[in-house]
Amino acid sequence: MDLFEYQAKALFAEHGVPVPTGKTATTPDEARAIAAELGGKVVVKAQVKTGGRGKAGGVKVADGPEDAYEKATAILGMDIKGHTVHSVLVEQASNIAEEYYASFLLDRANRTFLAMASREGGMEIEEVAATKPEALARIHLDPLTGVDLAKAREIAVAAKLPEAALDGAAELLVKLWETFVKADATLVEVNPLILTGDGQVIALDGKVSLDENADFRHPENEALVDVSAVDPLEQKAKEKGLNYVKLTGSVGIIGNGAGLVMSTLDVVTYAGEEFGGQRPANFLDIGGGASAEVMANGLSIILSDPSVKSVFVNIFGGITACDAVANGIIKALELVGEVTTPLVVRLDGNNAEEGRRILAEANLAVVKPVDTMDGAAKLAAELAAAAA
Amino acid sequence: MAIWLDENSRIVVQGITGSEGSKHAKRMAASGAAIVAGVNARKAGQSQDGVPVFASVTEAMEKTGANVSVIFVPPKFTKDAAIEAVDAEIPLAVVITEGVPVHDTTEFFAYAQGKGKTRIIGPNCPGIISPGKSNAGIIPATITPPGRIGLVSKSGTLTYQMMYELRDFGFSTGVGIGGDPVIGTIHIDALDAFEADPETDAIVMIGEIGGDAEERAAAHIEAHITKPVVGYVAGFTAPEGKTMGHAGAIVSGSSGTAQAKKEALEKAGVRVGKTPSETARLMADIMRSL
Repeated sequence: MDLFEYQAKALFAEHGVPVPTGKTATTPDEARAIAAELGGKVVVKAQVKTGGRGKAGGVKVADGPEDAYEKATAILGMDIKGHTVHSVLVEQASNIAEEYYASFLLDRANRTFLAMASREGGMEIEEVAATKPEALARIHLDPLTGVDLAKAREIAVAAKLPEAALDGAAELLVKLWETFVKADATLVEVNPLILTGDGQVIALDGKVSLDENADFRHPENEALVDVSAVDPLEQKAKEKGLNYVKLTGSVGIIGNGAGLVMSTLDVVTYAGEEFGGQRPANFLDIGGGASAEVMANGLSIILSDPSVKSVFVNIFGGITACDAVANGIIKALELVGEVTTPLVVRLDGNNAEEGRRILAEANLAVVKPVDTMDGAAKLAAELAAAAA
Repeated sequence: MAIWLDENSRIVVQGITGSEGSKHAKRMAASGAAIVAGVNARKAGQSQDGVPVFASVTEAMEKTGANVSVIFVPPKFTKDAAIEAVDAEIPLAVVITEGVPVHDTTEFFAYAQGKGKTRIIGPNCPGIISPGKSNAGIIPATITPPGRIGLVSKSGTLTYQMMYELRDFGFSTGVGIGGDPVIGTIHIDALDAFEADPETDAIVMIGEIGGDAEERAAAHIEAHITKPVVGYVAGFTAPEGKTMGHAGAIVSGSSGTAQAKKEALEKAGVRVGKTPSETARLMADIMRSL
């Protein structure tokens, strides 16, 4: 899960990383009140989970409360790369002497953690990496020993930070590492990390991605979810413990196993090309067991999506044999009730013939059994096109 | 031969008293695998379905000669279980558990690397099977007989699908390496092991979106693998920024796309199927021509 800047900074502050004082506002009036409380110059910053806010006009300096009101009026409701601005962060303006970059992240390729830091801050780090790779220090970290003050200093020196910033940066990096580890983050990024006129090193921006697998250690993370951005069907699926992603097409997909379902999306898209570009309506992995109840939950979510014109149930009977899966489908249809959307079912694997026989004997009008994945994808796309 | 798991494998199940652990211990045993021990510190001295339960992996190894551990403990306890297996210096630890925090995996992987005695497979994987010899994990043993194809895959069900489609030829070993961002054994490790295995003639490699493991495997194949390799990559039509079931399966920006992986593999001389069935056909052609 990616955090908003204000959430990232709250997390930073909690772990001792210095950040400017500020609060979020969802209305211009609130922005004015916060600016009055902070006093002096403030910065009004759009809270959206995308880069390039500054260029888009989503970050403005305000001279005082009235100006903050004006700036917040302009920024709230703005569209930045498809993200609507629902809130702004109003912060005390900082006296910026220099801008740097620092981050800790998961390095998948090397299966370890990586520190990146640069004297060139403020711009997109991909740009620095591409145009001035020598300006970006990359230091692999030992996950077992982490980042102590000596390691942090090594990172700051490798980034070619000036003498005046070294101590402050090293201290900040130790705290930033603590944030990374204790919050179970896969990324903590500060861009820019600034040196102020009076020699302080501060995180002026913050980007954090958290590992959802670690949510059991962080019950507080539930409050960080941006409810307005969650698809209602995805939310409903999550409550049922299902792995569902809403997509844009018309063929509902149910399968067992993430890889098989991804593969099913591909096969349906290829097959759909022949039928006016029919595409999958969703990703839904019901897991290895494929019991009747789980199948029923999955089906009811998919059938409640009005864009679904046909459903492709693609099951490989491994742990659960196909005869059990076939009985599960029949039971699921009973549980869901009135179903008129055609269900193309492909069963393969253990006891596949028995499973197909059970489906055939049940003789349900909406169930269309097909023996192969490619053939089933084609029929599902064809039926979706016919119903469109 | 086969790779990493064979008729001499003696399996200890960490978490044998839990619901998943007990269920799969029985399934593995029924498929002919030697399940010699279980571990649960609180239930040491008891037995689970006739399998003796010990207090630690070390004790299980001493008393039963176990040389493979399969880990079914919940995500909260997986790091400790893996570290216990590494401390016991067991040669192979297969971590089936799904939902392990990536900080935990990164730590226990680094710990295992430091000790240098234990190969870790997983987490979030179906395990490894050498049909007719042994079975460590949850791969159904009834799908395929023994044969001379080696398989390495990020995905469980696609592993089963591919084994099923190629069951007329059979497999030496199938290894599911898992769909997490950090995993103990990667495609390259399995490719090298299959290359060195005299009982493997050709290799199927299944990847999916996210990361650059397939691209790295492609470069490795070009330089080091002489046996024929057929590839499949799932997730061509996955949208950017959406995690597709596996924690590691996400396209971010231009990185991690199926198209890039396919191109890298084809450049390395790997024949890549567009669908699982087409991939199986490509492999069948190779097996017939050998």
